[in-house]
Amino acid sequence: MNDAIARPDSERETDPMLDVRNLSVSFMQYAFGLHQRVFTPIIGLDAEVYPGEVLAIVGSSGSGKSLLAHAVLGILPSNARVRGEIVFRGETLSPERQAALRGREIALVPQSVNFLDPLMHVDKQVRLGVRNGRAEQSQREVFERYHLSEKAGRFFPFQLSGGMARRVLVASAVIAGASLVIADEPTPGLHPEVVKETLGHLRELADEGKAVVLITHDIDAALDIADRIAVFYAGTTVEIAPVADFLGDGTALKHPYTRALWEALPSNGFKPIAGSQPPLDALPEGCLFEPRCCCATGECKDSRPSARRRRRRMVRCLNPLDAGRGEV
Amino acid sequence: MNLKAAGVGFRYGQGPWVLRDMDLEVEPGAVVGLSGPSGRGKTTFARVLAGYETPLEGKVTLDEGPLPRGGYSPVQLVFQHPERAVNPRWRLSDTLTEGWDVDESLLGALGVDPAWLDRYPNELSGGELQRFCVARALSPQTRFLIADEMTTMLDAVTQAQLWRVVMDAVKERGLGAVVISHEKPLIDKVCDRVVYMS
Repeated sequence: MNDAIARPDSERETDPMLDVRNLSVSFMQYAFGLHQRVFTPIIGLDAEVYPGEVLAIVGSSGSGKSLLAHAVLGILPSNARVRGEIVFRGETLSPERQAALRGREIALVPQSVNFLDPLMHVDKQVRLGVRNGRAEQSQREVFERYHLSEKAGRFFPFQLSGGMARRVLVASAVIAGASLVIADEPTPGLHPEVVKETLGHLRELADEGKAVVLITHDIDAALDIADRIAVFYAGTTVEIAPVADFLGDGTALKHPYTRALWEALPSNGFKPIAGSQPPLDALPEGCLFEPRCCCATGECKDSRPSARRRRRRMVRCLNPLDAGRGEV
Repeated sequence: MNLKAAGVGFRYGQGPWVLRDMDLEVEPGAVVGLSGPSGRGKTTFARVLAGYETPLEGKVTLDEGPLPRGGYSPVQLVFQHPERAVNPRWRLSDTLTEGWDVDESLLGALGVDPAWLDRYPNELSGGELQRFCVARALSPQTRFLIADEMTTMLDAVTQAQLWRVVMDAVKERGLGAVVISHEKPLIDKVCDRVVYMS
């Protein structure tokens, strides 16, 4: 139905700011003395984000959304092994390059208030993001922008309310002027007006030509500001689609998991599906969503679908749902 | 049989009053929403209701009596950030059975995978951890559940899954619940009535 919307080929083929290709991340764990076990929570992630664009990444928790952010920044724990390719501005991101770029060119708005130093006043923490020039001045400006009072700056993190803590996290990421901003659940638990404002600031950054990755479980937030939405499940990207596909009755969505996610929204029926993502030590041989899928066939049990791309859309499914119809 | 807050006031140390004159009454089987802008003391109120803080003014009562000071509390609080509500040095199996012997059907309904039990909290996602926190809080002895932004960090499918389990307990055994959330669609879906804190 979206093809009806006139979309002239205005999608200029600029190079992506960030291009993640077939990323996998494994963790080594010790079990029973010196016996090692390997978990692979990210199996095949693909995502690309262009300058001037907000790419929202939504999906079940544990689908690898946060790990992707941490992999891009190079801040995974030391027992992690990363395969696949992460390209930033056309060049592969090596650990050395990540260390040089993070906090400058690539900034993170983290998921948890645990990322704040619990023993440092928040105004000082925010100033750490400025490596040259007038740290105090920049901090004051960014506090003003996010409606944080001077008094709030003298707080320790535990004294901040959930909403204030969130604004401090956004402020500390934005202060360095990064060209790629990865916001990992920047708005949970915030008042709708504050959510709107925070998301508005992310949209603003994209409109200034920066690339913004918004990692969120909140499809409504994604719909508000994103250009495209990537849906993750069990460490794979199952679908990437323009925001328009998520509007209306959801039947433009092609992957059964995307459809289930849409139907689980409180405003769309609040309908859960049973089970959970497959355990990492017992992954299905075929499609990772097959055990919970509405529409799986025998074929889905045997083989893993690969990503099918068309322009800036992607779907990874052997039996994608038809537009306008509930079933295949 | 009700959980009741009457004229509750609370502040941390000599700081400003976070709560003043708060009244709330929840009867078994009722689901009451608590909404309002951040910084209005919703989380503090949740902590007072669950007995984590003692009110400086007014009182919180269960069945007209004080909340029990020891043992498993019949008023359980599920926090917004599960990673801060579990012991990082315990395997999840120990965290899960801290309060009671959780039965397998509950774990199944919550979509907890047995393989997660051997893991440490930093190896699980927030959504996976929160399933443990909900299971831990839903002992048969639990009469009231305070859900402080319980599913705020979760994806829609997991959110619907956890709330189905909680709402089943509300229907089947008269669990009472206080739901703190900013998400109006969620409040509209699960709550019988809403108290707005401004």
